[in-house]
Amino acid sequence: MSDKKPCKSPDNEVLSGESRREFLKKSTLLTAIALTPGVAVKAAEGQWDEKLAGVFEKMLLHVEVNGVKHSLMVEPRVTLLDLLREQLDLTGTKKGCDHGQCGACTVHVDGHRVNSCLTLGVMVNDKKITTIEGLAKGDQLHPMQEAFLKHDGFQCGYCTPGQIMSAVACIREGHANSEGEIREYMSGNICRCGAYPNIVNAIQEVKDGGQTV
Amino acid sequence: MESKILNKPIPEEGLSRVDGRLKVTGKAKYSAEYDVKGVCYGVMVGSTITKGNIKSIETKTAERAPGVLAVITYLNCPNIPGYHTDNQPDKGPLKIFIDDKIYFNGQPIALVIADTYERALFAASLVKADYTKDQHQTDLKANLSSGFSPSKAKDYLRGQEDAYKLAPVKIEHEYTLPTEVHNPMELHAIIACWDADDKITVWDKTQGVKSTQRVIAQAFKLPPENVQVTAPFVGGAFGAALRTWPHEIAAVAAAKLVKRPVKLVLSRADMFTSVGYRPHTWQKVGLGATADGKLVGITHEASGQTSVYENFTEGVVNISQLMYASPNVNTRYRIVPLNVNTPTPMRGPGEATGAYALESAMDELSYALNIDPIELRIRNHADSDPLSGKPYSSKFLKEAYQLGADKIGWSERSQKPGSLTKDGWLVGYGMGAGMFGAYRSNATVTARLMADGTLFLQTSVTDIGPGTGTAMASIAAESMGISPEKIRVELGDSALPPSPTQGGSQVTSTVGAAVFDACKELKDKFRQLDGGADSTDYTALLQKNKLQKLEVTTASKGSAAMNNYAAFSWSVHFIQVYVNPNTGVVKVNKAISVADAGHIVSPKTAASQIKGGSIMGIGMALMEEAVIDHRYGRLVNNNFADYHMPVQADIPQVEALFVNKPDPYLNPMGAKGMGEIATIGVAAAVANAVYNATGKRIRELPITPDKLI
Repeated sequence: MSDKKPCKSPDNEVLSGESRREFLKKSTLLTAIALTPGVAVKAAEGQWDEKLAGVFEKMLLHVEVNGVKHSLMVEPRVTLLDLLREQLDLTGTKKGCDHGQCGACTVHVDGHRVNSCLTLGVMVNDKKITTIEGLAKGDQLHPMQEAFLKHDGFQCGYCTPGQIMSAVACIREGHANSEGEIREYMSGNICRCGAYPNIVNAIQEVKDGGQTV
Repeated sequence: MESKILNKPIPEEGLSRVDGRLKVTGKAKYSAEYDVKGVCYGVMVGSTITKGNIKSIETKTAERAPGVLAVITYLNCPNIPGYHTDNQPDKGPLKIFIDDKIYFNGQPIALVIADTYERALFAASLVKADYTKDQHQTDLKANLSSGFSPSKAKDYLRGQEDAYKLAPVKIEHEYTLPTEVHNPMELHAIIACWDADDKITVWDKTQGVKSTQRVIAQAFKLPPENVQVTAPFVGGAFGAALRTWPHEIAAVAAAKLVKRPVKLVLSRADMFTSVGYRPHTWQKVGLGATADGKLVGITHEASGQTSVYENFTEGVVNISQLMYASPNVNTRYRIVPLNVNTPTPMRGPGEATGAYALESAMDELSYALNIDPIELRIRNHADSDPLSGKPYSSKFLKEAYQLGADKIGWSERSQKPGSLTKDGWLVGYGMGAGMFGAYRSNATVTARLMADGTLFLQTSVTDIGPGTGTAMASIAAESMGISPEKIRVELGDSALPPSPTQGGSQVTSTVGAAVFDACKELKDKFRQLDGGADSTDYTALLQKNKLQKLEVTTASKGSAAMNNYAAFSWSVHFIQVYVNPNTGVVKVNKAISVADAGHIVSPKTAASQIKGGSIMGIGMALMEEAVIDHRYGRLVNNNFADYHMPVQADIPQVEALFVNKPDPYLNPMGAKGMGEIATIGVAAAVANAVYNATGKRIRELPITPDKLI
């Protein structure tokens, strides 16, 4: 994570619902009261405390996704996956387990594959994200996308974006030198339809084709 | 084929998926991915007890949490007018939020709706319930005696009961399959959006938009046409989206309450308790044969678990009535109500469970007789349907045995277990066969040829992954003699012409035939325009006649002649395993699946479907098992780290082979289904290969290393 913290985040204490509210009243809200007492006190009385807290809880995030720069206010608990899907409408990145166990959410962060469900949005401040939507150059598909089409490396298509992002990284990492190695390094991406042999064949073809991935 | 093929626009290897480009670019939109204005988010809260009642439920804290719009429980759930009864057996799926009763662990007790997903998730953690606990039962084996014969699956007897016991050579063994969970990669999800008080649109994960439309319409007392169901892409289902589940009804009710669109995405843990599973099933098979390997009798008993509120019934023992020419067969099927959620058909439904037992038992008999397992099957080959006495519409199972045996190198196999080794690993070969009814139901397709030569094909069927759209485009391209690139397939929308639910291996037969019939009718219309000539220059014909388009909507169904035949698809699976004698690790080294699925209309996607089914069968054999801690009645491995499904490292180059001979009666393409047979018989083939490698017969799946050392 970048040293630059856009704004101060709450401490790392684990706060239950009730104590969290108390905490907010005592800290964030008090800060707010200090700034604009009249309005904020009135707000607290009208249960506006949570709404105010909602604003204070957000952090500024600068991130580049598929070449587009975004400056966003996000809650620190928002995962990169949910940020992409629910706030940026980049739904090509899929949620399969939300626990880093299936790989459907794989994206590239500064060129490396990561599970976006295990990555908080605030962790990618000042980083470059590539999702499946950013892989093709206009109408020209990435060689891995072409190979998946040719070898039928998918059926339902749901794990496919994660498989493709992982496959591209697998070659870049130098982990695609044999069928066995590909299988090992692609085992973090589950495909319930069972397209595994076709996926291996697609990756091998791209690797052997020598194209830049 | 009824109509001559005008040219060959389809390459030999088959079309690449017509929706492939959308899928590889991330543009294919699944149910949770529609950008609906004003959408809010739902998160389910599940029961932490397994049987009893909710004594009190504290929702105030959650309701006060930031962004929360509503917390729905049985105390405040909006009236669902179609819920007439409480949860009595066989009155449909669980009725959600109707009372305080708890039937299983994880049963939804509340639905939290908030303006963001994170806020809903946090607030859901604040809902607390107190319960009155009753003693639950979740252990199938401990409750076998409470099984009963369901009304839909009566005991079957042909010839003499338990005749196997009197045969010169007999075997009798018990086989157990644990609960397996479909676990499609896409989480079940729905966005429910009321457009008016009596009109709703849902983007839903479903295998059947028409059936979901009907169920929601019934539940909320709406005219079906006021319920719009959209599912153009479905991220796998394997049976888990065959029915409309309680969470879907809850989302629709919630959207009504909060007067905003509601998006509800189940968590992976929810997927284990909300959308069915292949039930834990105990089986016993007795086989008797003459010394030269002719079956004298088959007895097949099975007991599968169900919930206490539904009598889930599947055809576990049917395969023993159908597969072999045995004069004496009797089957008994029982269901055992437990404090679990209701199972639902999972790929190859009961037949895959039954085939595991029957095809393992056939293998055991082959060793008892010292006859090659394929030879034993050929000696008991059924030349006509043993159940109905009818001739088969088509059956090329013997060819399939041969194709697979040649491909895997069956002649290398030794009949003596544990006698082959390679590099310190034990090597074994196994095979298992499968069968499933080949069906054709009714479907309607609109075929519209536009002035620019584009052909639109429309019907409501969903494509959950098998490649239905690609098969439709293949059939239309051949029939019309046009390039597949000019074909646009539109599916998965309840506003489109009626089609069956995607499931039961009937879609290519049914919808494909409707495409074929629609194209035939469209060509006839063009022929009339052309004064009886047979031109395929459709754009010129449209231009000449000053038409923007030519369109037909054709309803299609099978012929009555089908009643004279027994129609099945057949499969045979060959497996070569390496077993490490020290660690008990089983590696599938070769997997060959052969299908007699009639004429193959879409070779590339068909091969993928067979391979995928085989891989699911390998998972069934070697790793999949949902484990309940019976002390609490709770699943302990409801996630992908602990519930193991096959991953890349587990799977070799699976190969799919087809007999590829048309069925003359079922439909004009000569195609039969293949989704189910892809999995049916695979688990037995793996178990049989493990026995051949090690001499150890594991009769309780999955075959994990601890059982082999």
